Amino acid sequence: MTDTPLHLIRNFSIIAHIDHGKSTLADRLIQTTGTVAARDMKEQLLDNMEIERERGITIKAQTVRIDYPAKDGNTYVLNLMDTPGHVDFAYEVSRSLAACEGSLLVVDASQGVEAQTLANVYQAMDANHEIVPVLNKIDLPAAEPDRVKQQIEDVIGLDASDAVMISAKTGLNIEGVLEAIVTRLPPPTGDASKTLTALLVDSWYDAYLGVVVLVRVRDGHLKKGMKVRMMSNGATHTVEQVGVFRPKMVQVEALGPGEMGYITAAIKTVADTNVGDTVTDERNPATVALPGFKPSIPVVWCGLYPVDADDFEKLRESLGKLRLNDSSFHFEAEHSAALGMGYRCGFLGLLHLEIVQERLSREFDLDLIATAPSVVYKIRRTNGTLEELHNPADMPDPSLIEEIEEPWIKATIMVPDEYLGSILTLCSERRGQQVELTYVGSRAMAVYRLPLNEVVFDFYDRLKSVSRGYASFDYSIDGYEAGDLVKIGILVNAEPVDALSFMAHRSQADRRGRSICEKLKELIPRQLFKIPIQAAIGGRVIARETISAMSKDVTAKCYGGDISRKRKLLDKQKEGKKRMRQFGKVEIPQSAFIAALKMDA
Amino acid sequence: MAGMVEPLALYIHWPFCLSKCPYCDFNSHVRERIDQGRFAAALLAELRFEAERVGRRPLASIFFGGGTPSLMAPETAAALIAEAFALFDPLPGCEVTLEANPTSVEAAKLREFRAAGVNRLSLGVQSLDAAALAFLGRRHSAGEAVAALETGREIFPRLSFDLIYARPGQAEAAWRAEVRQALTLAADHLSLYQLTIEPGTKFATEHARGAFALPGDDEAAALYAATVEEAAGFGLAPYEVSNYAQPGAESRHNLAYWRYGDYLGIGPGAHQRLLLGGEMLAFRRHRAPEEWAGLVEAQGHGVTGCETLTPQDRAREALLMGLRLAEGVDPARVAVRAGMPMAAALDGEMVRACEEAGYLEWQGGRLCATAEGRMRLDAMLPRILR
Ligand SMILES: Nc1nc2c(ncn2[C@@H]2O[C@H](COP(=O)(O)OP(=O)(O)OP(=O)(O)O)[C@@H](O)[C@H]2O)c(=O)[nH]1
Ligand SMILES: C[S@@+](CC[C@H](N)C(=O)[O-])C[C@H]1O[C@@H](n2cnc3c(N)ncnc32)[C@H](O)[C@@H]1O
Ligand code: SF4
Ligand SMILES: [Mg+2]
Repeated sequence: MTDTPLHLIRNFSIIAHIDHGKSTLADRLIQTTGTVAARDMKEQLLDNMEIERERGITIKAQTVRIDYPAKDGNTYVLNLMDTPGHVDFAYEVSRSLAACEGSLLVVDASQGVEAQTLANVYQAMDANHEIVPVLNKIDLPAAEPDRVKQQIEDVIGLDASDAVMISAKTGLNIEGVLEAIVTRLPPPTGDASKTLTALLVDSWYDAYLGVVVLVRVRDGHLKKGMKVRMMSNGATHTVEQVGVFRPKMVQVEALGPGEMGYITAAIKTVADTNVGDTVTDERNPATVALPGFKPSIPVVWCGLYPVDADDFEKLRESLGKLRLNDSSFHFEAEHSAALGMGYRCGFLGLLHLEIVQERLSREFDLDLIATAPSVVYKIRRTNGTLEELHNPADMPDPSLIEEIEEPWIKATIMVPDEYLGSILTLCSERRGQQVELTYVGSRAMAVYRLPLNEVVFDFYDRLKSVSRGYASFDYSIDGYEAGDLVKIGILVNAEPVDALSFMAHRSQADRRGRSICEKLKELIPRQLFKIPIQAAIGGRVIARETISAMSKDVTAKCYGGDISRKRKLLDKQKEGKKRMRQFGKVEIPQSAFIAALKMDA
Repeated sequence: MAGMVEPLALYIHWPFCLSKCPYCDFNSHVRERIDQGRFAAALLAELRFEAERVGRRPLASIFFGGGTPSLMAPETAAALIAEAFALFDPLPGCEVTLEANPTSVEAAKLREFRAAGVNRLSLGVQSLDAAALAFLGRRHSAGEAVAALETGREIFPRLSFDLIYARPGQAEAAWRAEVRQALTLAADHLSLYQLTIEPGTKFATEHARGAFALPGDDEAAALYAATVEEAAGFGLAPYEVSNYAQPGAESRHNLAYWRYGDYLGIGPGAHQRLLLGGEMLAFRRHRAPEEWAGLVEAQGHGVTGCETLTPQDRAREALLMGLRLAEGVDPARVAVRAGMPMAAALDGEMVRACEEAGYLEWQGGRLCATAEGRMRLDAMLPRILR
């Protein structure tokens, strides 16, 4: 089942805006070709992580190899890659695109082209992909295939006359998709006689197999038992298993040019599996590596700390394993006065942050505290030096700062006409600058420059709510600019809580300061003493709340027979205090911080 | 105080009740038939065992608690009192309390208990409101409670009763009226308990299920303040968190617990604290009545374990009990009872913070929790204790 002639292979990604039906289409392709037995089939089969199934979204790209006996009498090997739609997981999409020659661009026929449709299709064009437009959900009464075809041509500039009209849900015209794949997408190129070069597309940790690596072979063969070398660092390994995904892992003897599959090779360290690396033959190594990937640049950082300080080591190991599986995630050790030893972690967005946190707690059984997310600022000191600020707590004294620069983005928002007004208001509230405003039929496309800090937190939710869910949004980083930025410190019982400090534009400082004080007041349970909560810029308090003292907490009956129990309870309470964070004479349960940090800053 | 012999307080546990109240987590059991003779003999045997171990000592009080000790045969109470008076040296006016439930059956036996030597009655009234009594699963009516209080007043020189407040939906005005009605029945002592949901009780299950809701902390605090006010109107001062008395009518027996004095406990599951040869011993007894009696029959006592408390444990116990009292704690006495200086058991900085907040104060060399402090004692203790 390997060494398929190149002309009988097709490698393609399924790309689309969120929820346009990529994973459902993947289900149908798998099912129609009989790759998975009917009884093993389930919806969004490839979304196999618990979080993916719960949230109904794809987070990890997945690869499946299917065999398709086409109308031309040949049986083709199709490697499909289902990709995530959400902008935070764009790095998954870009790596998948690099492993394929073509894309199925799925567009929901009732919704039309959305922001991520654009973002993803432009990426596919950059990767020189052949693109087949697929209009999905034509079963829906609201489907307007003709209008959407027109839109694809107008907005994207792609010929949509041959768009494949399907319903992934009902299975309508899946055959049409399969035929389009073999007739319209190009086969891979490659040379079996050359030495091995294979692109390292992804990797993850499997409890039984250890590190598993997803590869796409360009030239030569990848065989069980051969010695391979990672070109980025020269590390060598003996290949233990070679296999393909159907979508379960199935071992094969070898993978030839143009093929996709996995290898295991007793790889222990994360450093030995760099996505984008080239795997070559140790005995006859290639001299030129494959192009690889652009590194991902985290846009949001936050601190992650173990609730129990003893779990620090476990956190370190877990982050390593997670990183193996998610190359867009970054981490570096840091220390906080309030929270102890932990890691500063970088993410592609807030959803990404939330998912990583959730995975750490579920997959690695870690109890974590996350500090307020922050974008990366650039601080120009009065002495001329420029430094990056990943953590507001590290901000130097304002007297040493010449200026603070913040990252800006260029956002593309697509929205039906009637909601445009509220979207424009939202953008200007967030210090946005309009770049462009165009119409495609009754949909407007607004391009704005916005400070990333204004977008990272609740922008997406607000966008959805003011447009009743109809607006879609995509963005790319658009340089740094100096701004009137201040650090807002939060004081609990007059003591600064470094983990809660955050940066804001001066014009927003009062509002944000007030809102976090109010939230903390709700979240921190009443204590023995009253607790003042303040937000301050330097020494100037900008907002204040007071949590009043608890009103009654005493055991009603306590006699001779209750004494042992009471003392033991007291011992337990004192033990429990270790889990609290001490602020002068008050202790605050970590759960309150976690809740405060969870809210939109 | 240090040079004097510490007198003894004797607790005798009667583990049976007619039915189990839904809020109660006491060591109490319901039985079709109780072998009165067997339990009387076992209690007497444990009393002798303890006297042997402890030696002759002044005896300040006896307390028959439960369960429902008024279900005990009056002869059993008589025999136990007589034996205790023979084995120890009763102090003049030795206080002998019996807990009683106000059902008419038990009320009928009150004269016999008085004759047996009981001189103080503690009645489990719980409420004077019919609906509340039903909610609390009590077997007596409000009428029976009033009657029992009147009889008790006639027969016993000293009378106390218990009420439970902060019941679901209880309004402050109604609670004030209830306390006032009870107080006109002229007792010299009162125990007023905030309803507590104890783990493992029927109420715990129902409460968790949401069958009823309790007043919040603020409401409970207001009810507590109202209670203190009403009691004061009748000349009863809150000398302990939940206990009110006319001056001099405090429960001497319960004071021994709160002052961390020596007390013996006999009967199933009874606890004790006894300073013997410089060591504070805490014996544990089997909680199940029949198993306990079996142990006593086999080995002369129902003790199943003994813990020797460290000075830190003792200091903590002395403080957690002593700060419940309005009189507070005397550092010299704590030092004697704990075997370490009181100051070493406290976090000085937190004590000062509590003083500033008005929760603690020094009065004539004693450390006292103020009224405000006593209301928050459970939150304060883990902070002030080292
Ligand atoms: N009516 C109808 N619903 C569909 C069709 N295809 C997908 N859906 C539904 O659309 C929703 C999203 O489908 P998914 O396949 O998870 O979408 P996705 O593009 O993979 O989403 P992400 O991976 O999160 O970007 C699901 O509720 C599907 O059942 C279709 O052809 N018709
Ligand atoms: C040992 S019991 C009294 C004995 C007697 N069997 C009776 O019920 O009257 C002591 C007192 O504690 C109080 N009590 C018991 N459980 C309680 C609870 N869960 N909440 C509040 N008070 C309680 C009651 O007022 C009870 O009268
Ligand atoms: S409250 Fe009294 S009568 Fe009711 S079960 Fe408890 S001990 Fe027995
Ligand atoms: Mg999906």
